[in-house]
Amino acid sequence: MAFLEIDHVTKHFPSHDGPGEVCVFREVAFSIAQGEFVTMVGHSGCGKSTLLNIIAGLERASGGGVVLEGREVTQPGIDRMVVFQNFSLMPWMTVFENIRLAVRAAYPSWDRRRIVAHVQRYVDMVGLAGAERKRPAALSGGMRQRVGLARAFSTAPKVLLLDEPFAQIDALTRGLIQDELIRMWTAGRNTVFMVTHDVDEAILLSDRIALMTRGPEARLAEIVDVDIPRPRVRAALVEDPDYLRLRAHILRFLVEGTRAAAGDGYGAPATAPLAATPR
Amino acid sequence: MTRDRVQVLCLSVAIGVVFVLAWQAFAGSRPPGKGLPGPLAVGATAWQMLAHPFYDHGPNDKGIGLQLGASLGRLALGYLTASAGAVMLGVILGLSPLLYRAVNPYIQVLKPVSPLAWMPLFLYTIKDSGQSAILVIFMSSLWPTLANTAFGVASIKRDYLNVASILQLSWPRRLVTVILPAAAPAIVAGLRISMGSAWVAIIAAEMLIGGTGIGYFVWNEWNNLALTSVIFAILAIGLVGVLLDAGLARLSRRLAYTE
Repeated sequence: MAFLEIDHVTKHFPSHDGPGEVCVFREVAFSIAQGEFVTMVGHSGCGKSTLLNIIAGLERASGGGVVLEGREVTQPGIDRMVVFQNFSLMPWMTVFENIRLAVRAAYPSWDRRRIVAHVQRYVDMVGLAGAERKRPAALSGGMRQRVGLARAFSTAPKVLLLDEPFAQIDALTRGLIQDELIRMWTAGRNTVFMVTHDVDEAILLSDRIALMTRGPEARLAEIVDVDIPRPRVRAALVEDPDYLRLRAHILRFLVEGTRAAAGDGYGAPATAPLAATPR
Repeated sequence: MTRDRVQVLCLSVAIGVVFVLAWQAFAGSRPPGKGLPGPLAVGATAWQMLAHPFYDHGPNDKGIGLQLGASLGRLALGYLTASAGAVMLGVILGLSPLLYRAVNPYIQVLKPVSPLAWMPLFLYTIKDSGQSAILVIFMSSLWPTLANTAFGVASIKRDYLNVASILQLSWPRRLVTVILPAAAPAIVAGLRISMGSAWVAIIAAEMLIGGTGIGYFVWNEWNNLALTSVIFAILAIGLVGVLLDAGLARLSRRLAYTE
């Protein structure tokens, strides 16, 4: 059985104008193995963040369901921590308190000393030592997302859900924080589902990349394997032929749509999303 | 001190001095016993009263400290119970849009009612003037806090509640670590308005019930035609009101946050 199974999930939203419903995406099905890093790439409006929220339990699927370790996901839970695009830190808490809130929730039996030591370890890990007592408003976007990553990793979740985590961070800082994400992920080998529209980011970080067609009525077009060995070095990647070929394939898919991308040797055809599932 | 603040201070003092001089001139131009007591007479009374704030010579003759103390005691009792209830109810309404919309019409109707209008009902029902006064304070400080808390909780960013659900925080912990701090600026703003209206209402309530309290003191001194005491009491009421608000203003600064 797959570790995390996205089982033919469909999502409808009430229509903005007039009665009826709009189908955001239909019958999205794939699975993620334990310790795997899977990224979903697609245009705005294909519902990829909605799918992430369904996995998180923050939204309900209109059809199908999500199964984690054999149990259906119906509610949010600390085994599925989310790193939000807008950071979602508590602005009235300090950096330390924000992380401690999560650590306390994840390890209710720990005593104070142990919790403080654990929080401090993650503060240090993301390079925020010295900023523990600052509030988020006093931090740059990059530093805020470091807190977000520390908060998520500190609870050792079964699945880590990254919702365009670097979208609101300037390009130079983004690279640094991506490296930090890789370091933390390599250390713990969490299972990760990430959503992004940054193709380079997806290739740098992922084991597999799921491509969504345009919404509404978006579908999972294909899942491509990223066969570039780790550790991946950003500077070296730029000239790696595998990287360039993969990048071109994904970009062509995004620009031209589903059909044009099929047949260049990557992934499964658009009509059979299930074929891409087994691993 | 910046130049701006020096200017404000000088202007403020100048306005005060002009007002006191004009008041003294007006009072001095009237025959004794037929006009307003001047600032010098009020000052003499103030001096006398502040020298012995806590004397107690029977029911109609107590020091200003005792009178203010009695009022503050009532205020504390009525205001604190009302605030606790208003915050609790406000949180419930804020979290349940359905209940909020169902209850809101009643709140809107009761809110503009002067708290003193309840007095006869309380007097008839509980037959105790002291407790009735406290209930009037309760009514006067209920609505602003209730409305502000409900609004503050209802407008908490969805993201913070999402984080709380993901962390599976228990209800008490969710309330203490997320809901109350997130809504704190709105709640404290409500508490400040409530404090203001409670302090206004208590004077009138005490005039009605008698006994002790700064409101009754004002009425009693009017019956004695001791207008210097009335004027002094007005100043004392104002000063205490400023102090009460300053305390809440500090609280508000401590609980404020920027997103």
